[in-house]
Amino acid sequence: MSKPVIKESSMDLQKEMLARHFEKLAVSEENGDKCAYTFVPGNLAELLHCFDLLPVLPEINALQSAMRNKSADYIAAAEKEGHSEDVCTYVKCDLGMAKNGNIGPTGTRLPKPSVLLLSYTGCFTFMKWFEILKQEYDCPIVMLHVPYQADGKPTAEMRRYIVKQLQEKVIPVLEEVSGKKFDIDRLRQLMASSARSEDNFVKVMESAKQTPSPIDGYFGGVYYISPIFTAFRGTPEAETYYEALLAEVNDRAARKLGPLTPEGPMKEEKYRIVVEGPPNWTHFRELWKMFSDEGAVAVASTYTRVGGVYDFGFRHDPDNPLESLADYCLGCYTNLNLPTRTDMISKYVEEYQADGFLINSVKSCNSFSAGQLLILREVEQRTGVPGGFFESDLVDPRYFSAANIKNRLESYFQMIEQKRNAVSAL
Amino acid sequence: MDCCTGIDLGSTTTKAVVMDMDGRLLGKGITNSRSNYDIACAVAKSEALINARFALFTHELDELGLEDEVKNRFIKDLQRNFRLEQHLIQQRCLEEEFTHVLSDPRYDEERDLLTSNVSNVLQGMLEEIPLLFAPGIPARSDFFRDIATGGYMKRAQGRKCSGGDFDQLMSLFDKSIIRVENREIDLSFSNNIMPALERVYSEDEELWAKHKDPLRDRVLKVAGIEINELNTVGTGYGRSKLPFRKDQIRSEILCHGLGAHWMFPNTTTVLDIGGQDTKAIQIDNQGIVTSFQMNDRCAAGCGRYLGYIADEMNLGLHELGPLAQTSKRKVKISSTCTVFAGAELRDRMTLGDKREDILAGLHRAMMLRAMSLLARSGGIAEEFTFTGGVAKNVASVAALKHLVKENYGERTINISPDSIYTGAIGAAIFAARSITALDEVAA
Amino acid sequence: MAETKADMIDLAEEIVRDLELGTVSKWKEKTGGKAVGCMPVWSPRELLHAAGILPVGIVGGGDGIEIIKGDAYFQSYICQIPRSTIEMGLNGNLSPLDGMIFPSICDVIRNLSGMWKMLFPKTPAWYLDMPQSFDEIGVDFFTHELKRLFGEFCRVSGQNPDNDSINRSIAIYNENRSLIEELYQKRRERPWCFPVSEGYLLIRAGYQIDVKEHNKMLRSYIDLAAASDCKAIDNARVVVLGSFCEQPPLNLIRTIEKSGCYVVEDDFTLGARLIKGEISTTGDAIENLARAFIEQSREAAFIYRESEKGGELVEKVKKCNAEGVVCCAPSFCDPALLDQPMMVAAIEKASIPYTSFKYAENTGQFQVIREQAGTFADSIKLWS
Repeated sequence: MSKPVIKESSMDLQKEMLARHFEKLAVSEENGDKCAYTFVPGNLAELLHCFDLLPVLPEINALQSAMRNKSADYIAAAEKEGHSEDVCTYVKCDLGMAKNGNIGPTGTRLPKPSVLLLSYTGCFTFMKWFEILKQEYDCPIVMLHVPYQADGKPTAEMRRYIVKQLQEKVIPVLEEVSGKKFDIDRLRQLMASSARSEDNFVKVMESAKQTPSPIDGYFGGVYYISPIFTAFRGTPEAETYYEALLAEVNDRAARKLGPLTPEGPMKEEKYRIVVEGPPNWTHFRELWKMFSDEGAVAVASTYTRVGGVYDFGFRHDPDNPLESLADYCLGCYTNLNLPTRTDMISKYVEEYQADGFLINSVKSCNSFSAGQLLILREVEQRTGVPGGFFESDLVDPRYFSAANIKNRLESYFQMIEQKRNAVSAL
Repeated sequence: MDCCTGIDLGSTTTKAVVMDMDGRLLGKGITNSRSNYDIACAVAKSEALINARFALFTHELDELGLEDEVKNRFIKDLQRNFRLEQHLIQQRCLEEEFTHVLSDPRYDEERDLLTSNVSNVLQGMLEEIPLLFAPGIPARSDFFRDIATGGYMKRAQGRKCSGGDFDQLMSLFDKSIIRVENREIDLSFSNNIMPALERVYSEDEELWAKHKDPLRDRVLKVAGIEINELNTVGTGYGRSKLPFRKDQIRSEILCHGLGAHWMFPNTTTVLDIGGQDTKAIQIDNQGIVTSFQMNDRCAAGCGRYLGYIADEMNLGLHELGPLAQTSKRKVKISSTCTVFAGAELRDRMTLGDKREDILAGLHRAMMLRAMSLLARSGGIAEEFTFTGGVAKNVASVAALKHLVKENYGERTINISPDSIYTGAIGAAIFAARSITALDEVAA
Repeated sequence: MAETKADMIDLAEEIVRDLELGTVSKWKEKTGGKAVGCMPVWSPRELLHAAGILPVGIVGGGDGIEIIKGDAYFQSYICQIPRSTIEMGLNGNLSPLDGMIFPSICDVIRNLSGMWKMLFPKTPAWYLDMPQSFDEIGVDFFTHELKRLFGEFCRVSGQNPDNDSINRSIAIYNENRSLIEELYQKRRERPWCFPVSEGYLLIRAGYQIDVKEHNKMLRSYIDLAAASDCKAIDNARVVVLGSFCEQPPLNLIRTIEKSGCYVVEDDFTLGARLIKGEISTTGDAIENLARAFIEQSREAAFIYRESEKGGELVEKVKKCNAEGVVCCAPSFCDPALLDQPMMVAAIEKASIPYTSFKYAENTGQFQVIREQAGTFADSIKLWS
């Protein structure tokens, strides 16, 4: 039996929100509620709420399965069906889960999709994923293709392309599936609510600029992004959550307390680290402990920007609802080109006064991983801060070698320490 | 005298060095790693201390004014006989462990037959031991396990005709030798040097007659020197299992960097290829690590890979390099994956490629991977040091030199005969430095 | 130009194996024009051609290059083609190129576009965002995207061709596509006279030479091969699927053929054939090109398809009288490998036998593949 997890009170709030959501999903078929399967990066939560469609996020289900030690079996089931061992394990975990009764993270059955909303931002695998799901489910599918920010900025053409797809394809399909007429004023209201939550969310994430940082912006950050990246953006529950969270974080900051880890409050902040790459979900706590045991705090991370980059000013804009949805999709982290990602990480290293930056290179996710070694080199050169590199996977426990990762992390932290001592000896 | 020790607990061998407080290397010791890490460390350290005392003893002898030839012969003979003494002690332990293992009720029925077979074998081994350590016989291995395994196997195979079951005899041996290896045995200098000295004298009464007493005095003097271990630092793959406090443990990256700097002060880049992993390390002019890269989670291109190849080709590990060097036309190998190594090799062999040509290709493929890792860590700016077990392989070294020249131009490449001790040396320096730092704080 | 068929194949192989891009340098010297590298799968070669630029298909280093620097940039779980491409870039092999195009086919090639910007800041690196909205919205977006790129091409070449010139370029590529289709058609009719390994080399050579030259080459090869006297063998007729980006080593293609398979359809050089049929040569040329992509593209793993996945494959198998499918994808190729189970489901439903294996462009071992393809061919012959 593992040790009890130490929690913040906002965690309970979040847990309740999630429980209610999955409860609604479990009884949706009896209640006649419709649901939409869709993805986190570039999700159109406000639009779905407009039509009272309940979002189901397959990658969240996959990572939850991993945290509950179910992913190995699910992946094996999918590989047995002919899915390659080389490809994304989120996909295989999700397919395996569907083949095993489609039981969600809270133990209740997930409904079949009323519609597959493929808003595909920053990752080609999403497209293939829903093509595969479409073979499984007899339901409408609608795609929103979001162009890549190849030259580092969104263009008017890109925006127009997305808005037209929303107007001419996505919205009509959602209207048909839900039986409800599109109400742009309702969308505006939802987006105004999103923007309020986003303001507080940014304040929470930027609290890590203080020393000591009151939050962990990677492992802890995963919990902070959850409502805003998933089913709750645009809802009053999300607003309440982020108000409570911000109050909690401000309180910790005022008392000069470090982040709360599952093992208890973090003692001394020895290393401030920026992290690039998604977390590993099968050994989430173990990896976090490898950081916190060494006194390492993740002050910023790119993973907490996959469902939207808010810290450079973007907010959902009720005055230009569709255009702002387009900008939101275009701006998600993995839709940014490599030079932009390098700039962003360098900026985080500087603004968050980091001692180093670490890359968790994840086998499943080429969108993140291809090119990370160049990012490593560039950020090192630009910031003069040492970079570190370790490898794991999203939800495949076979790719987590605890001894290997621990070895690298310890070596890395000791290297920072040694450099520090050398500088102070001068 | 005051000293510090450094211990590198690797996946195959455990290394220890003793260093004085001025950073001079006094002694080094190596043993095979085993399930009990404490004992592996203790054995390596005891070996290093013995080695240190022999070094001190050599120094002492200089003062006696003996002819070089006589002096060198004496040291050689003494060391050889010391090893013999150590070996005999371990052989006795082995006998005891056999008795213990055989006392298990599961052998009730065959105990008599087994005991008689085992004692026959052990007797044969015992008789052979002095021959193994006779003057002029080159040492086969430093490790008791290796020598004992060879002697036992040879004789156990011979017992087949007398009705003993070879597999059963070997299984008894495996059980017993593990017990020996994980047992604390006093193999120290002070407790074994006097019987060794007597053996030296008795080997050539005439030669040593006139030096007997002064030599004995010096031996006693060195045995009596108190060696004060002020601090010890551990490193290596098994370092989390080391019997030390957290502040006495350093990552092997840091230790390899510092150790390489100690051996070759102008080094800026270190490549270490061990059994399980490959590391490319960049260091500054103080030996401080500025960046490092390690191989992927698979062991492709590491020492272990050569092990598989050797097994597959039915060759000894040390034979691979020299054989590869005889190649006239190396075969292009694309994969250094340990999983596919066997299949690829058999495929090549059926195609009619020569062993040496395949091996030459394999060594190059392995070094290509190392080159990529080096490039990842920042390339080779200036002087370059190659360490780890694979640095002993001539074909690997040749391939590496060629590739370094091709990709970076002329670079000084250092390979120390003591390269296997690089990590332990770095650890010992860390140990000494933290003592000095404490002293400074106290002052 | 080579006189005999054998000479022609030798020449093609020489061009394909020349990682220094000798033909490209020569072309540039002769014409004073510019050259632009096109990563798999598809690029608007018509627009490059119209702008006076030689489109050069860059499909990795195959088995002809040792990877050192390339591996320093990519983890072991990423396919081979970006490594060898970076290796070639850093070695200077690609210095005859005045720009690079990275089409939106997968995350790896997409990210490579950004890496190129960082590693080779002096060479323009263009990302070609191909729409996945297969309708008028997509046509509109892609027309703008292509116009934007065409502007960039003209800036590089310093030329300013009008709509008619683009239409003329489209016509030349229409001819190229039609010749390639003729070659495939001939192979389907008499595969013993049109071995896949030869046809493959011929088409691949076209990645590095002027399209008009290529058209001549194709024409004379088709005529020479048709006139040649070859003996039919009772081989299995197969469709090869999944090799549209990182290319299998030539010896792998030969191995499949030698182990008893006639490859009557494949996607090795899909880029040259992505658009089916003629592209209109009247009206707004760039819009026509965009429309052709939207309306005339073949089924491909990197092109979104909502329903009837594998429908085109099944149809193709029937049309070619093929007896089986060989799924032959590069290791770690996301589009091909994610697509494969859906393709397999479709062919299983149609009771078409199949086999599958993976490769890397620098694979040196063919024993396993030889046995597998051989067994597959035998089993087809046994049961048909």
